[in-house]
Amino acid sequence: MAAMAAVLRGPGRRFRWRTQALAGGVRGAARGVAAAQLGRKVAVVDYVEPSPQGTKWGLGGTCVNVGCIPKKLMHQAALLGGMIQDAHHYGWEVAQPIRHDWRKMAEAVQNHVKSLNWGHRVQLQDRKVKYFNIKASFINEHTVCGIAKSGKETLLSADHIVIATGGRPRYPTHIEGALEYAITSDDIFWLKESPGKTLVVGASYVALECAGFLTGIGLDTTVMMRSIPLRGFDQQMSSLVMEHMESHGTQFLKGCIPTCIKRLPDGQLQVTWEDRTSGKKDTGIFDTVLWAIGRIPETRNLNLKEVGVNINPENQKIIVDAQDVTSVPHIYAIGDVAEGRPELTPTAIMAGKLLAQRLFGQSSDLMDYNNVPTTVFTPLEYGCVGLSEEEAVARHGQEHIEVYHAYYKPLEFTVAERDASQCYIKMVCLKKPPQLVLGLHFLGPNAGEVTQGFALGIKCGASYAQVMRTVGIHPTCSEEVVKLRISKRSGLDPTVTGC
Amino acid sequence: VKELFSSLGVDCNILELDQLDDGIRVQEMLTEITNQKTVPNIFVNRVHVGGCDRTFQEAAILGKRVLVLDFVVPSPQGTSWGLGGTCVNVGCIPKKLMHQAALLGQALQDSRKFGWEYNQQVKHNWSTLTEAIQNHIGSLNWSYRLSLREKGVTYVNAYGEFVDHHKIKIQQLERGSPGKLKVWAKSTEGPETMEEVYNTVLLAIGRDSCTRKLGLEKIGVKINEKNGKIPVNDTEQTNVPHVYAIGDVLEGKPELTPVAIQAGKLLARRLFGASSEKCDYMSVPTAVFTPLEYGCCGLSEEKAIEVYKKENLEVYHTLFWPLEWTIAGRDNNTCYAKIICHKPDSDRVIGFHILGPNAGEITQGFAAAMKCGLTKQLLDDTIGIHPTCGEVFTTLEITKSSGLDITQKGCG
Repeated sequence: MAAMAAVLRGPGRRFRWRTQALAGGVRGAARGVAAAQLGRKVAVVDYVEPSPQGTKWGLGGTCVNVGCIPKKLMHQAALLGGMIQDAHHYGWEVAQPIRHDWRKMAEAVQNHVKSLNWGHRVQLQDRKVKYFNIKASFINEHTVCGIAKSGKETLLSADHIVIATGGRPRYPTHIEGALEYAITSDDIFWLKESPGKTLVVGASYVALECAGFLTGIGLDTTVMMRSIPLRGFDQQMSSLVMEHMESHGTQFLKGCIPTCIKRLPDGQLQVTWEDRTSGKKDTGIFDTVLWAIGRIPETRNLNLKEVGVNINPENQKIIVDAQDVTSVPHIYAIGDVAEGRPELTPTAIMAGKLLAQRLFGQSSDLMDYNNVPTTVFTPLEYGCVGLSEEEAVARHGQEHIEVYHAYYKPLEFTVAERDASQCYIKMVCLKKPPQLVLGLHFLGPNAGEVTQGFALGIKCGASYAQVMRTVGIHPTCSEEVVKLRISKRSGLDPTVTGC
Repeated sequence: VKELFSSLGVDCNILELDQLDDGIRVQEMLTEITNQKTVPNIFVNRVHVGGCDRTFQEAAILGKRVLVLDFVVPSPQGTSWGLGGTCVNVGCIPKKLMHQAALLGQALQDSRKFGWEYNQQVKHNWSTLTEAIQNHIGSLNWSYRLSLREKGVTYVNAYGEFVDHHKIKIQQLERGSPGKLKVWAKSTEGPETMEEVYNTVLLAIGRDSCTRKLGLEKIGVKINEKNGKIPVNDTEQTNVPHVYAIGDVLEGKPELTPVAIQAGKLLARRLFGASSEKCDYMSVPTAVFTPLEYGCCGLSEEKAIEVYKKENLEVYHTLFWPLEWTIAGRDNNTCYAKIICHKPDSDRVIGFHILGPNAGEITQGFAAAMKCGLTKQLLDDTIGIHPTCGEVFTTLEITKSSGLDITQKGCG
């Protein structure tokens, strides 16, 4: 998908633009809007290449259409299923049978996403940002050529061009049947019919989040992983996330890789896989196979080589400096497509806004990519900010860090008789007083809400002492963070008891 | 430390490193194991405690002689409960659980919009709820008794009493549970009167301190005669030096469980643990668990204006629409976020207010940040977690003073 924000140049010249951004979705739109607000003429060029299964969507990028938004809504649908179960403990009398209708949920989610597409278009219009739904690539340093669905060509040239084309899910094209029979996150949110019994291949947060909500709405779901879950995240936390999913109905095939997919006469898919340790082969039958094995940046079809924009050959991402400038001075790249940036919506949006301010608003503010908080919306949510324990040990040495931790039980789990075994918090600090907080990891309900404020605290340079001087709000889960007393080093039992 | 253990009657194994041949090597090993270079270096039951300071702190847990007197005077309706205080029995805990029951009712409604299908007929059974809650509270009462016993604390029931006044007239029409009550009331602003029949009347007109029947006058502890509260200094000392007071009985302090707990812990450490840390009562965060929850920390807008003057303040605010409310069809202009910044002090955030789901969970972290000197700039420099409600504070732009519209038009 290629979305661009372009800033128009010069009055009266129709196809000459001052700044043009090749922007993906939110980033491009934000960038475009920001630039337009600063008085520039801007155009946004956005195009969604249909997925191999034929799925496509409107303006707004990954987050709005095939990412954060539909994901969180489906996650909510799954959580609500859990709440219906809880409700009877709290006195609500709900008659069986209780079932979930995929179609109803999908339609509601899809309608909401479409309303957001519309909202983005209106916003661009209101700010007088020109929108082109064309597939664009570079002709020269200042000009892109876009092809509309009809085949009509449009030339756009600009003083400044911002590339924010984002990425798309990776397919394991070497596996037979991978492209023809399987889907990705591009497709799952747009399915009209229930995916049924699903095999999710991958161990990324996309894989676990999708498997999580599919399990939650009652579907038979299996996750096949090559090695560790949530690579790049704190591994102790990642194991707990997975443990929770395992004890709540998601099946896991660990250390396995698929080797081929065949379609059976009745339409089901037969998957063959290999256990990497034993070498043994096995097969299974599924209604749907979903690849969640990573994303690749959308840089192949932009003609970047022609204009001299350098990419990292290993991962195809565009190389940028701290000012988001590529190897060509007036061409910029932000968001998932840029090298070394966290692949998160809010960072992309902020990068776009700051870039616009630097270019046209007399600002020199750069993005701070340190301590960016995030949350994995698995059935038991995992929020984190700062360093993982492994990173802290690698950076400072085991003897120089102190890790405070606690297993806690959310009050609402008590009456609901829910298992809280994986509800866990850990704060990684420097050992030296005042014990600067290096990282916070929270596993529990509403993890995103809990983590956000503490991310602010870390940005303020919070120390363990300061956090402990903060009085808790009672009764909440987040108060357990300010009550962390047991260090890993002490070896004491970190289970919270009582009030 | 040696004296401390002796006074506790605890046998200990003492290694005088300067009298050992390989004393230096032992000290090196200790440093390696415990990361502590100094002596005394104390272990209890094979667990490393630390040096002098830490040991005194732990001694408070390890064995001072403590007595807890607790007695619950039955309510006029005859309700009584076990060990644990207001929070556990008739406050935070049962309140939040019943709040959760109500929220689940709302969740049941939402769930249909998210594709869940079941019989339209959904009823609520009060006794299922109360039984479940009371079982949980019972388990907490039990765990407190166990905990006191384990720590060697003596627990005795002691008698107290307080009275209440009502300014409305209530007549019982029918006995029973629930019965029928006729209520007459009059307006506080005009001549209007009303008359209505209810099953239950619940008075929630404030709380009185339990200090009148403690015999405080006999030992000379002053209380505020109007409200019964006990004035203390910043180390929770009353006017009688060896008598301390903590929790809701204190004059001018927030009536909150965690405040009381914190004050108690710090007091014990100061008395027995060689610590000098005082309880910080400033900027205590709290949450009101109404159907739409309200979390806050710091000053209200009114108080901020009073203390700092309007021209020194900038208030940023916005309405917001939680993502989960979109499909559920709930209103997009109900939830609200506001921060109050003190302009002369780098736009320091001196008031934080949020009205929305999970307000308590959201507010906690921001309270920690405010303790670390949160400013508007830092909020702007911080990336939000997406999609959440809390992230709204990282993108606040509109000020009250600008008069600009904050209504949401739907887009994320």
